[in-house]
Amino acid sequence: MSTIDSKIPKGPLAEKWTNYKNTQKLVNPANKRRLDIIVIGTGLAGASAAATLGELGFNVLNFCMQDSPRRAHSIAAQGGINAAKNYQNDGDSIYRLFYDTIKGGDYRAREANVYRLAEVSNNIIDQCVAQGVPFAREYGGTLANRSFGGAQVSRTFYAKGQTGQQLLLGAYSALSRQIQKGSVKEYTRREVLDIVLIDGRARGVIVRNMTNGKIERYAAHAVVMATGGYGNAYFLSTNAMHSNGSVAIQAYRKGAYFANPCYVQIHPTCIPVHGDYQSKLTLMSESLRNDGRIWVPKKKEDAEAIRAGKLKPTQIKEEDRDYYLERRYPAFGNLVPRDVASRAAKERCDAGYGVAPSGLAVYLDFSEAINRLGKDAIKAKYGNLFQMYEKIADENPYETPMMIYPAIHYTMGGIWVDYELQTSIPGLFAIGECNFSDHGANRLGASALMQGLADGYFVLPYTIQNYLSDQIQVPRFSVDTPEFEEAERSVVEKENRILNIQGHRTVDSIHKDLGHIMWEYVGMGRTKESLETAIEKLKDLKKEFWSNVYVPGKVEDLNIELGKALRLADFIEIGELIAHDALNRNESCGGHFREEYQTPEGEALRQDEEYSYVSCWKYTGEGSAPELLKEPLDYEFTERKTRNYKN
Amino acid sequence: MAKSINITLKVWRQKDAKSKGHFETYHLENISTDSSFLEMLDILNEKLVDEHKEPIAFDHDCREGICGMCSLYINGHPHGYESEVTTCQLHMRKFKDGDVITVEPWRSRAFPVIRDLMVDRGAYDKIMQAGGYISVNTGGTPDANAIPISKEIADEAMDAATCIGCGACAAACKNGSAMLFVSAKVSQLALLPQGKLEAARRAKAMVAKMDELGFGNCTNTGACAAECPKSISLSNIARLNREFLCAKLKD
Amino acid sequence: MSLFLTQSSIGRKLVMSITGLFLILFLTFHMCMNLVAILSAEGYNAICEFLGANWYALVGTAVLAAGFIIHIIYAFWLTVQNRAARGADRYAVVDKPKDVEWASQNMLALGIIMLAFLGLHLYHFWSKMQLVDLIEMAGGDVCSQALENTTNGFYHIVNTFSSPINTLLYIIALAALWFHLSHGFWSALQTIGFNNTTWFDRIKWIGRIWATIVVLGFIVTIVMFFLDGFFGLNILPLLGA
Repeated sequence: MSTIDSKIPKGPLAEKWTNYKNTQKLVNPANKRRLDIIVIGTGLAGASAAATLGELGFNVLNFCMQDSPRRAHSIAAQGGINAAKNYQNDGDSIYRLFYDTIKGGDYRAREANVYRLAEVSNNIIDQCVAQGVPFAREYGGTLANRSFGGAQVSRTFYAKGQTGQQLLLGAYSALSRQIQKGSVKEYTRREVLDIVLIDGRARGVIVRNMTNGKIERYAAHAVVMATGGYGNAYFLSTNAMHSNGSVAIQAYRKGAYFANPCYVQIHPTCIPVHGDYQSKLTLMSESLRNDGRIWVPKKKEDAEAIRAGKLKPTQIKEEDRDYYLERRYPAFGNLVPRDVASRAAKERCDAGYGVAPSGLAVYLDFSEAINRLGKDAIKAKYGNLFQMYEKIADENPYETPMMIYPAIHYTMGGIWVDYELQTSIPGLFAIGECNFSDHGANRLGASALMQGLADGYFVLPYTIQNYLSDQIQVPRFSVDTPEFEEAERSVVEKENRILNIQGHRTVDSIHKDLGHIMWEYVGMGRTKESLETAIEKLKDLKKEFWSNVYVPGKVEDLNIELGKALRLADFIEIGELIAHDALNRNESCGGHFREEYQTPEGEALRQDEEYSYVSCWKYTGEGSAPELLKEPLDYEFTERKTRNYKN
Repeated sequence: MAKSINITLKVWRQKDAKSKGHFETYHLENISTDSSFLEMLDILNEKLVDEHKEPIAFDHDCREGICGMCSLYINGHPHGYESEVTTCQLHMRKFKDGDVITVEPWRSRAFPVIRDLMVDRGAYDKIMQAGGYISVNTGGTPDANAIPISKEIADEAMDAATCIGCGACAAACKNGSAMLFVSAKVSQLALLPQGKLEAARRAKAMVAKMDELGFGNCTNTGACAAECPKSISLSNIARLNREFLCAKLKD
Repeated sequence: MSLFLTQSSIGRKLVMSITGLFLILFLTFHMCMNLVAILSAEGYNAICEFLGANWYALVGTAVLAAGFIIHIIYAFWLTVQNRAARGADRYAVVDKPKDVEWASQNMLALGIIMLAFLGLHLYHFWSKMQLVDLIEMAGGDVCSQALENTTNGFYHIVNTFSSPINTLLYIIALAALWFHLSHGFWSALQTIGFNNTTWFDRIKWIGRIWATIVVLGFIVTIVMFFLDGFFGLNILPLLGA
């Protein structure tokens, strides 16, 4: 039944990408000028792709929702970016980065893609340094590295706790240069509401100008989506307020497959929820686990006393603390991958050892590191993170341990793409977090930045030419074709439909309900029953939204609530997809944990015989269940093992 | 520990750049001191929507102090009185029960109001496009460790690069000058060996664009650095002046 | 190249900086010269004669006047531009951030006080000294008494500061000068790019100390002459007339 062609090149793993580049079709410089490419998004993937395509000579139209391309949420990535440079001489290699990523992803990623990612990782560091990204350095002038979860080497490059910011500003500067040159035209405060297909190929977009509500049309020879993840389906996440999955859902409705939606990463170290007015969760970088030790009280009565405010964590004696990650995973200790750390925290809290008034928090303690290295050394490494924590939690982490709890952070699932990063719609490409890509069922820390930039700088600019090479005869499109008319009409109709409901619920109140359902029933631990409940509840919520939402104002105006409502409608749909996918996948792997499938020690239990495939969901129309297509994952070069972070 | 306060807000409402704006007063009760300033505005907006009124437009996105999108002028200070925070990091525990809080948009000729508290900071992008980069194409770059850079220089460049482009500097400046913003980028790239090659061209191009866009002349009052949520140093402005004047004297 | 002195913001600021530093230098010399009057009337008058209507003194005066005028014109010009840059709507609430010196936000106001004072000062001294010489050289009608006193600066000092009002006005203007210089000195160096993180506070302190020395020098002279005249002490000049 599988008709999915992932277009993986033949040959040995290490030669696939080289072979591909040697034999792919290219577009000559004179023809590049005649080809238009739409890039949606200006995060690491979008900005780097738009800049690089502009440098190559293509005519690029770049869109972002914010007032400036520099504000995309890649900017908030803290910890670092991986590369197989082996500058530390600690045994790193392209193969080892590949292997760690495959293993970290619980053997649910494509080998060829991951190997390519590891291969180009080194070019990314070179590129960023050339752009003036001020990575941390040693006194001798060479680049510094730190270690991250899921790896036994130090391969993470960083710029204080603001690596994402610096990398994005690097890509933004390259983008700015192309805008100045005229090869990229930037459209800010624009929200893409639909993708326009002509004869089955992606040929344009319908866009809402967020400052006046006017609908605009743009045509191109190819469309690249770099629109990030859909974590905000959970309402509370570490994503920015505007991060959304709407373009992905429009692509899905137009025929692009949505792959592995249930692979959602829950980051172990976030500041816990503190009130129902809360709008988002703040991440504390994984790099903190280099020096911070995670613990809960050994005795339940201590935990209860702490929750009641009768005991302070600093009063708990060393022997009464349970450093549960070190206990359970001696080899990796506090640096186990994110999914493992998150589940372990949930396990302790569910067992009644959690701290904070809610009981939903564990300690991340720096006292040992401060004693060993001194306060100044810790300040130099993590100063801005500590400051951020203190501002939000109103506690000084130099004196008392931080309280942390897992939160939705990243979505490994996304729009299905082949080896060329092309979706199942010809001419529509997906890069960065919005594709399902390279992380399998779980992403390792510092790999998102790597993947976004790999796609944007070094992969898409090659592979898109293979598609565009036969488009050079196609003249520029008019936006007055019936396809554009129809797409605009349906967008405006949808807007009016939402506005005319005039119900009693605000958009945010429904979004919060969605978040509760998702976190409660499709969260860290999922069961068949919980997922079935979720699907029922989501159906009701969808009905509630389409019959009872209230959006003030007009369609053709700056209308913040309307924008949020449009996104929420899509989030509900994504929520359903996540639940369907999670229900289908009767195994535990990476970020997807089905409680029915675990080892006696509580570790994830994969079912390789049955589920070694990518779940690709195909839209079959409003109200009808999506169709599942499977892309088998053949592991030619690595042996699948049970992940072991114990020894 | 969390408690609740009652506050009065005076918020600037303005339809668009051409319309005349005015203050509107809102009373909010039982605001948790653990909520952030923007969450307090969310609560107000929920209330307004419930009453079928138009919610207040304000910019925000990451809500963790790094995207630079939030931009409120609170009680006479960009991002509020607290130092080294953006508006989204400002918490209601910094306010007292009964406080009257005045919220205005950035006011600068180069930042026209779009609606209410939302302004257009596209001018900063235009300055960056004029030269805020190292002219290097993707690929063909030397190994990252090929040029050693001393830790001190790298750290100083990093400090300048921390700028989030929020516009608080120009908003705080009584002269509406964007010098701190421009100097941070010029400094970052002028300090690093990779950026030195085109340092002169960059300084001239960025300053020319800044002047063209209608920003004011820096008179070194230091309000920009004092209000900067990322503590960008005034010494960057001295470096920009140096780079610019040396470049001009060589012409 | 030279167009940038008018067309670019940093160029315009450079003009303010260079003229400002030049005026600081002038004030420093002026202050030293005044101190001579405390010691010796002859010495002081010799300086006055030296700086009378000679070609080099006239050239010096012209350059100095140009320095003042350019500094003042640019100050107004920059202020007009800066007010425009602020936009049409003003902030309803303004709260000065800590770390921002009061003087730095009020340079123009301080300058206007000093400009008014400059008129008074020119009337008290220059109009009775170099100007008289110039009028005479140009063939104007000058009374002999006035002509006699053109190089007798000491006389004019005694004369001016016998009045408590004049003394008070001068002290007010000098206070304004102190504030103006306390910001102006480091600001000028900052504008020409002579500053960095290490020297930031040092330069600020050097500026404040310099300003204090200059202003104190002036005030000491004024106050001593005032007290000497007001109470009829007749101890000035200290080295005898």
